[in-house]
Amino acid sequence: MSTATQYLVAIGTKKGLWLASSRDRREWSLDGPHFLMTEIPSIGIDTRDGTRILVGIRSEHWGPTVAHSDDLGATWTEPEGGGIAFAEGDGAAVERIWQLQPDREDRPGVVWAGVEPISLWRSDDGGEHFQLNRGLWEHPHRPEWGEGAGGGAVHSVIPAPDGTTLHVAMSTGGVYRSRDGGGSWQATNRGIGASFLPGELPEFGQCVHKIAADAQDPEQIYAQNHGGVYRTRDGGESWQAIEHGLPANFGFVMMSHPRNAGTAWVIPLAADVERIPVGGHLAVGRTRDAGESWEMLDAGLPAQDYNSILRDAAAVDTAEPVGVYFGTRGGSVYASADEGGSFQEIASHLPDVLCVRAAVIQDAGAMVAG
Amino acid sequence: MAAFTVLIPGVLRPLVQDADAVEVVLPEAGGPATVARVLGSLAADHPVLGRRLRDETGALRRHVNVYLGPDEVRRLQGLETEIPDGAELMIIQSVAGG
Repeated sequence: MSTATQYLVAIGTKKGLWLASSRDRREWSLDGPHFLMTEIPSIGIDTRDGTRILVGIRSEHWGPTVAHSDDLGATWTEPEGGGIAFAEGDGAAVERIWQLQPDREDRPGVVWAGVEPISLWRSDDGGEHFQLNRGLWEHPHRPEWGEGAGGGAVHSVIPAPDGTTLHVAMSTGGVYRSRDGGGSWQATNRGIGASFLPGELPEFGQCVHKIAADAQDPEQIYAQNHGGVYRTRDGGESWQAIEHGLPANFGFVMMSHPRNAGTAWVIPLAADVERIPVGGHLAVGRTRDAGESWEMLDAGLPAQDYNSILRDAAAVDTAEPVGVYFGTRGGSVYASADEGGSFQEIASHLPDVLCVRAAVIQDAGAMVAG
Repeated sequence: MAAFTVLIPGVLRPLVQDADAVEVVLPEAGGPATVARVLGSLAADHPVLGRRLRDETGALRRHVNVYLGPDEVRRLQGLETEIPDGAELMIIQSVAGG
């Protein structure tokens, strides 16, 4: 059986999962809903050994769990004991799985999960069973971490190439870094604003919405904050504002290029108190110089859109040129096959889009016929 | 030995081979028959169903209701409500969501 390149976009919504696939990133077919009437706030597409789609599922009635599919969504498996569960003595229960992040290429089987209540989890079996990271869970700051409007969670996990450095971001709490593989954690928020707190900038407590690491320099990380777009060049020791040139400094999304240094994307929203595209005009911001300058990209996007884009409702693929994808709370999903140069709508009128992930996969023709 | 019947809502029946009811038998040892013991026994045989009904702390999920006769058990003694031999427990999802 011959294999062929296929592009996969997984779309997690408030009421189920849809899978879009394409051979050429122009013609897309949509499969779904899977898990109808459950929200899908997190997705991980793990292409390190075949293709495994991991999804965090949450039913308003029946609670959260993790499931995975090794056949592009034809069948799903849920571990009997639940992939992520606190131990009896922890006195906590998983509320929602916010992030499923496969580790790097050279660490197959390792998958990270960011969870509400604020916690980090690690799996060594491809996302079937996770262990709580005790270093972060028992951090002395934990009683003071808070909740944003959507709840409190670790929502970003960045494992560095060195195998010992990890950055996570939480709302609210900010960015934390470990240099020992997750054993101990240090708040790394110096320079990041917290307009919702009085007084001088705190050591922690910022509401960092999303972080993404530069493709070439793991110590260079970009952050979309609750007000403010930032960059660090020293692994989080200090952050500098890089919002000059953007129409607004609020938003939830931060994406970085998989290969090119200095390239990142944001999707600005007007303000904390006005969570719509600026002036109702949907546009993506792209930098190619690590935030020194930005260009706003809107080709193919609607002239008017008043829906917000949530922190994980945007993703890039690894193709050349890179594909950029995002979904709105109005249920539209847009795709660009040229790094944001132009977009097309690949799904419409879905429930609120909570999470989008994209991958280039080699398949045997399972999903796309013809 | 005491036997009980747990009525399963349609949406959860795939977790119990599409049965609409599951019989639960509790040994005399282990104290009085309570809702918690019945749900614990049910979860031991059907762990995924168990996780749908209660979280890791053992608490009944917020929008899961368990009825003993006409009474939702939260209006009685919650999971510690004692139930008579032969009783039926009915699981119903509450009105929630949008």
